[in-house]
Amino acid sequence: MKLTLTIWRQRNPGSRGKFVSYPMNDVNPEMSMLECLDVLNESLIERGEEPVAFEHDCREGICGSCGFMVSGIAHGPEPATTVCQLTMRHFKDGDELVLEPWRSRSFPFLKDLVVDRRSFDRIIQAGGYISVSTGSPQDGNDIPVGKEVADRAMDAAACIGCGACVAACPNGSAALFTGAKIAHLGILPQGKPEQDRRAVRMVAQMNTEGFGSCTNIGECTGVCPKEIPLEVIAKMNHDYLAGAWKERHKVVTAITPVTDWELAKK
Amino acid sequence: MKLDARIPSGPIEQAWDKAQFDMKLVNPANKRRHTLLVVGSGLAGASASASLGELGYNVKCFCFQDSPRRAHSIAAQGGINAAKNYQNDGDSIYRLFYDTVKGGDFRAREANVYRLAQNSVKIIDQCVAQGVPFAREYGGLLENRSFGGAQVSRTFYARGQTGQQLLLGAYQALERQVDAGQVTMFPRTEMLDLIVIDGQARGIVARNLITGKPDVHIGDAVILATGGYGNVYYLSTNAKGSNATAIWRAYKRGALFANPCFTQIHPTCIPVSGDYQSKLTLMSESLRNDGRIWVPKQQGDKRRPDQIPEDERDYYLERKYPSFGNLVPRDVASRNAKAVCDEGRGVGETGLGVYLDFSDAIARLGEETIRERYGNLFDMYQRITDENPYKVPMRIYPAIHYTMGGLWVDYQLQSTIPGLFVLGEANFSDHGANRLGASALMQGLSDGYFIIPYTIGNYIASTRLARVSDSAPEVQQSLSSVKAGIEKLLSIKGKRTVDSFHRELGKIVWEECGMSRNAAGLQKAIGQIRALREEYWQNLNVPGSGDDLNQSLEKAGRVADFFELGELMCLDALERNESCGGHFREEYQTPDGEARRDDEHFSYVAAWGYTGPGNRPELNKEPLEFEYVHPSQRSYK
Repeated sequence: MKLTLTIWRQRNPGSRGKFVSYPMNDVNPEMSMLECLDVLNESLIERGEEPVAFEHDCREGICGSCGFMVSGIAHGPEPATTVCQLTMRHFKDGDELVLEPWRSRSFPFLKDLVVDRRSFDRIIQAGGYISVSTGSPQDGNDIPVGKEVADRAMDAAACIGCGACVAACPNGSAALFTGAKIAHLGILPQGKPEQDRRAVRMVAQMNTEGFGSCTNIGECTGVCPKEIPLEVIAKMNHDYLAGAWKERHKVVTAITPVTDWELAKK
Repeated sequence: MKLDARIPSGPIEQAWDKAQFDMKLVNPANKRRHTLLVVGSGLAGASASASLGELGYNVKCFCFQDSPRRAHSIAAQGGINAAKNYQNDGDSIYRLFYDTVKGGDFRAREANVYRLAQNSVKIIDQCVAQGVPFAREYGGLLENRSFGGAQVSRTFYARGQTGQQLLLGAYQALERQVDAGQVTMFPRTEMLDLIVIDGQARGIVARNLITGKPDVHIGDAVILATGGYGNVYYLSTNAKGSNATAIWRAYKRGALFANPCFTQIHPTCIPVSGDYQSKLTLMSESLRNDGRIWVPKQQGDKRRPDQIPEDERDYYLERKYPSFGNLVPRDVASRNAKAVCDEGRGVGETGLGVYLDFSDAIARLGEETIRERYGNLFDMYQRITDENPYKVPMRIYPAIHYTMGGLWVDYQLQSTIPGLFVLGEANFSDHGANRLGASALMQGLSDGYFIIPYTIGNYIASTRLARVSDSAPEVQQSLSSVKAGIEKLLSIKGKRTVDSFHRELGKIVWEECGMSRNAAGLQKAIGQIRALREEYWQNLNVPGSGDDLNQSLEKAGRVADFFELGELMCLDALERNESCGGHFREEYQTPDGEARRDDEHFSYVAAWGYTGPGNRPELNKEPLEFEYVHPSQRSYK
């Protein structure tokens, strides 16, 4: 099949970017979106041009590296699918696909389709864990966890941290990502002791990073490749409210965002 | 070189306790004066970084991905073994040890394997405490499933995303230490050289992939947890970025590389569909619990699977191995799939595939139960192939998945360079010639959580570590050699892309050093690899510069190392005149086509030492002794 890929090309954060169209004449419908880009890149290199930079690693939809907008939809039109597993059979012969990077001020731009998502790591640093050091905890079966509880925790824990939720949100909110971790840990009995502090700190970090607020639009869950349910945001708000009241006398300090790569090395 | 594995004397059950007690300790106030460099952030690297940070060391952790959470451990699906015996089905530490040594076809070190089985129990407890959402039964207790090569149910799992959940547990522990100021994370940073001073590993040169700048990082010890080298084959189930560069550069600085030819072909992957294919997708081995593998009895039978009546199907694993059936170990399952396809009985368009059929299990248990167990795997299969596995049998074919070989380490996980420790898939230590399913996660976490925190302390406490400055000649030599390497790749300006070379290299290694090998083919492959490598250095085209994000340049350095490693794999396979586990030499098989080991001549670890460019590497042997599990012809019949 024939397709046109119209791709955002920008060398670095300081330069001006533009859309460039690349006609593709021999696309196999079994290819993934990324394999289509591989084929394009091979031809670009052979023509002496620079290939399109894009992130990818496992190509099985689980590492969360890949992701860009496909004609305005994060990860493209197929539900519950990352671009590495989006096969071209979902498009029609002659289609034009517009590929552009996640747009969010909390994901600073790096090159072509690549952005910097370290803000997500810092949200996790701010409390997205259970504070147990390596050692000799109690036997795994000493903490019974009902099947439904374990299943709900797993539903939230399935988040791959790709950033599609932020890119799809008109407010640029990271509530689905943050809520997923707060829900995963807050639902489980092991996570209860830190429930208040976790929610307060993670939400503070999310705000410090410059992500927008959630206004219950639901675009995030619509594009989420792991179909993280919107209810994790309700859980975040719930834990945050309770925590903010109980911890009202404590000062919350957020981690300073680092966006510059030279600085990050120091 | 005389290899001393430093295995504690005395009964194996007490070896690790004894070793721990004999180790020197670093007092808490002194730990903060030591900097440890951890390369890799998968299960082994993240768990090591977190645990060492908790102990009070200053840790610098490096990964080439944009976040430590992306490491390829995340893609492991099926589960993690532990000898808990929660199921009351006769499991024990000894049985897990026994199964692993036997599964590895008697080419692993007994003491290491025993310790792994002991640690397995603690791993589950640690991960539960971290909030890993393992599958639970209605009563709230942990659920288990069975896996290949075992007759007990000892595999713990979190849907089909066990690796993801275990990695996120380790990643969260790691990020907690970042927040505490104990660990500094260096994402998008790739190690390109090891700095060795006075025979000790004292630092690395690592390139910032965004600015392109190579930087020097000095520390008191270096820990490599950089995974396996399956991507030598180009098409593998590894992530696209998985590479051998860190371990290979360490090899060139003097660390020995053990058993490079021990590579694992996983039996259940989605078959190749075209030339553009960039990687292969694994379908978890856990599917073999409920799926039945078959091909038509007739050659070239092109009927749809539902039109082939029961008596014209060959459930060849059940037929040949009645006691293990579809749950034979991976090497056996893979070889048999290749054999039936070679006979012309393979299915699908290419004829390179066998059926994995769930219709009996669905009839017995209902579609809902199957969805509960494998739903996400079935969805993934359907996304890729556009076929519904609830209705039509899956088509699967073996693909390269894991590498048992890796840098040689002693019982303390230290390589032949003092101060260089190697964890997880990057070392060679625990799986012999074949790894059993659900054991990779176990090893990564055992090494990272429960072994390195002890052995690194012993090294630090018993070693004189001089102060090292950035201007030391060894440091500058490493730095300039890295810079020269980058310049060289950029300056060739030839005609062919990195991927085109990589694909060709992968094809050579897959054909001649893949599922089955023979002397003539291996010799031919060595010649082909050398010729292609020559062309690589004459005709490679790497666009762009070294001063910014340049993904072609990253790949070019990795593929250059794959060329050299691929040749070593073939050489090792050629030297090992026996069949064992994943290493199947056609010349050495039993009358019914099973692997024939030669314990008299090959019961050793082959540890290769670098002797300079173009020279034949030096073979060192660590003899293997089996005091507990007596080598026998592996039988799963």
